[in-house]
Amino acid sequence: MRFKSLGIFLIISSFFLTCILSIWKIMATLQGLSFTYLNVTPVFLISILLTFAYVFIGNKINHLIKIFLLSLIFSILYFYLNETSPCWYLFGVFLITLFFTNKLKKYNMQSLKEDFISEKIIFDFITLFGIVFFAFVILFPFYIMLVTSFKTQIALLVNPLDFSLDFTKSLTELFKSYFVIFETYNFGRYILISSAVSIGTVIVTLLFAIPAAYTVARLNFFGKNFLSTSILIIYMFPAIVLVIPLYTVFSQLGLRNSIFGLLIVYTATTLPVAIYMLQGYFKSIPKEIEDAGIMDGQNWFGIILRIIIPLSLPAIASVALYVFMIAWNEFLFSLMFLDSPKSFTLSRAIQYLSGDAETPRQYLMAGSVIVTLPVLFIFIYFEKYLVSGLTAGSVKE
Amino acid sequence: MSDTLSKLEKRTAYTLVLPAVLLVFAIVLFPIFANVWISFKEIELKDIRIPEPRAKKIVKSISENQSELKIIYKLRNSSLIQEIRNVQFQDKFPSNVSPVNLDSRCNFQSKKVVCNFGNWQAKYRENFEITIQNKNGEIIDKKIIETQKPILSGKADNPLLTTNFTLENFKKVFYENNFVELLLTTFYFTFFGTIGAIIFGILAAQLVNQNIQGRTYMRGILLFPYVGPVVALAYTWTLLLDPNSGTLNALLVNFNIIEQPINLLGQKYITMSILGFEFKLRLALTTVIFFEIWRYFPLAFLFILARLQAIPQSLYEAADVDGASPIQKFIHITLPQITAIISILFMIRFIWNFNKFEDIFLLTGGASGTRTLPINVYQQGFAVSDIGMGSAVSIVIVMLLLSFMVIYFRLIGKRANEV
Repeated sequence: MRFKSLGIFLIISSFFLTCILSIWKIMATLQGLSFTYLNVTPVFLISILLTFAYVFIGNKINHLIKIFLLSLIFSILYFYLNETSPCWYLFGVFLITLFFTNKLKKYNMQSLKEDFISEKIIFDFITLFGIVFFAFVILFPFYIMLVTSFKTQIALLVNPLDFSLDFTKSLTELFKSYFVIFETYNFGRYILISSAVSIGTVIVTLLFAIPAAYTVARLNFFGKNFLSTSILIIYMFPAIVLVIPLYTVFSQLGLRNSIFGLLIVYTATTLPVAIYMLQGYFKSIPKEIEDAGIMDGQNWFGIILRIIIPLSLPAIASVALYVFMIAWNEFLFSLMFLDSPKSFTLSRAIQYLSGDAETPRQYLMAGSVIVTLPVLFIFIYFEKYLVSGLTAGSVKE
Repeated sequence: MSDTLSKLEKRTAYTLVLPAVLLVFAIVLFPIFANVWISFKEIELKDIRIPEPRAKKIVKSISENQSELKIIYKLRNSSLIQEIRNVQFQDKFPSNVSPVNLDSRCNFQSKKVVCNFGNWQAKYRENFEITIQNKNGEIIDKKIIETQKPILSGKADNPLLTTNFTLENFKKVFYENNFVELLLTTFYFTFFGTIGAIIFGILAAQLVNQNIQGRTYMRGILLFPYVGPVVALAYTWTLLLDPNSGTLNALLVNFNIIEQPINLLGQKYITMSILGFEFKLRLALTTVIFFEIWRYFPLAFLFILARLQAIPQSLYEAADVDGASPIQKFIHITLPQITAIISILFMIRFIWNFNKFEDIFLLTGGASGTRTLPINVYQQGFAVSDIGMGSAVSIVIVMLLLSFMVIYFRLIGKRANEV
């Protein structure tokens, strides 16, 4: 049993270390280092040596000294097995090994005898590996987007792997793509339009949704159940089937190419979610508070304005942010309704840019960074509100 | 007393809820019904304008003395398919100017030429001429005549409202359009996109639910692809996967994993051989599915994580006492607790993936075997500019969606409510 779990431990942990080192090597390659081999097998073998040495030494020497020494030896071995590489790269290898051996802390010859230890080892390392994997897979495209916007098309065609930034260049040189898209491609205007449409959508949606949600949550009227179920079903209905009738009607009414037309469509498509999210929250407000308001002679307007809204500010904030993000990211309707560059939103403008094959990719990516940054900032800053809003929006548990 | 109160309540309720309902009705429900109407019509993108009579005015001098001018009106029916009835024409002239040899359809009174042109067929064109003359033989100012625009009016049917219907569009959808392949592609994309997103969602939720440092950051990062704008993300992926200078291909070639760059988004099939069996993989479609999974697994992750965090810890402690292994704990405790949420997620994601347009449109434009039903709506309606066909495809989508919903509520809906 012990040898089996020892074997599993050695293989799984070494596999994990090899993966992390390979990712590190890939990242270093993207900084312009010319590696041509991943050297998976030798790295795997010395990783097995390392982990074996780690368990073999056990608790005989101080943990810190042990991991420090082992990592140092590992890095030196790694250096001999690999192609020539700069100091900072090896230092990275050293730090990764240090982190890795520190993670091994809870394993020694004793702990390998425990029940289900091999399953636990597999779970532990899959967790670690999964986190590294998910973080890498998710952040990598964002990283490429950001870095490409600082490079030039020619440099990338010469060496598509060199994403190193030259910080010795002046700032204007480095941020050139951003200056170009603002000056030549008029991105300032598109930012304004996008903001106006998104903020407008938020305001109008809330104006319609708050009274409606209050009614659905509180008042009794004919067709209430029908309404509250149809809200969800409408939410499931796809934008693509609305496009053709809306396009024809908007053409006849002259609402295409107008921000107003876009605003109406965005409001109508976000209203069901907004009502659904808000009414769930309104229901949780104790009814007694409202009764007190009725006693004071408030009408429904007063109740909503003076009681409901102040009490549900967090929910309203989360709905507002959610609607803002939907409107800001929306692409289908802006593609259909906007033909003239005068009324483009950011998303549409980037798509228009990409339609011209001559457009250098750094401009496209600079535009993408500009459209992505606001949403990511809002998301990171208000994550709590948004996450609770997102989950409340579709599931009732 | 209570009767009046409930009446008041009802009235208040309707005033509060009607604006929202009307707006949603106009923009969301009305188009779904309008689709049915349009799908039975033969109508193209260029026909959707209401036909109107148009005139272009050209002024020419005809004699040496400038007291006479010839005016040519290039009249036409703006529509190529519909007639305009009872076209009325009107143009104003300065005082002292009167027409000579006026057309019999027109008459001149109080400085105005008024004509009744009758009915104009589709594509109708005419060069209509008026010669004008100053009574006193003075020079007529050309500018004044040119700036005065004629007024035309006429009755025409709105091409959308006519009542000639046809089944042609549906015939074309089912028989001429490679419908089976279209449907298969859509289902392939939808099914694997949904399953993939849920599997990765479970994995990610399981990871973040462990006691690890920085798990709130991890949760935030995992949601990035879901909150980012689709345009930016799709173009970044296109750059990453580009066969000529894309990062991924360059990396794989650099580390000698592949010999030739692979056109991941532009190649319909790739032949793979596993254990001697050769099979063809829909390459571009698979890549698009991976993008789809990458972008939407965060939603599944978020819901499953919320559910996982609500599982009482005592269940796991009891299992520990019984000596259960981690896998047993997952299968017997975690999985039963998340099946309800998974079935809801499956439904939501299945429907949304089924309707996904932007992602495929931005990545491949529907080329190399990635044409799904929503892409077909766009291609028929706007690339081929056959609005009727586009609507017919939309109707097919709506019908399929409704049947999914019915199946879902029959099969899983009840169970999901019980849990």
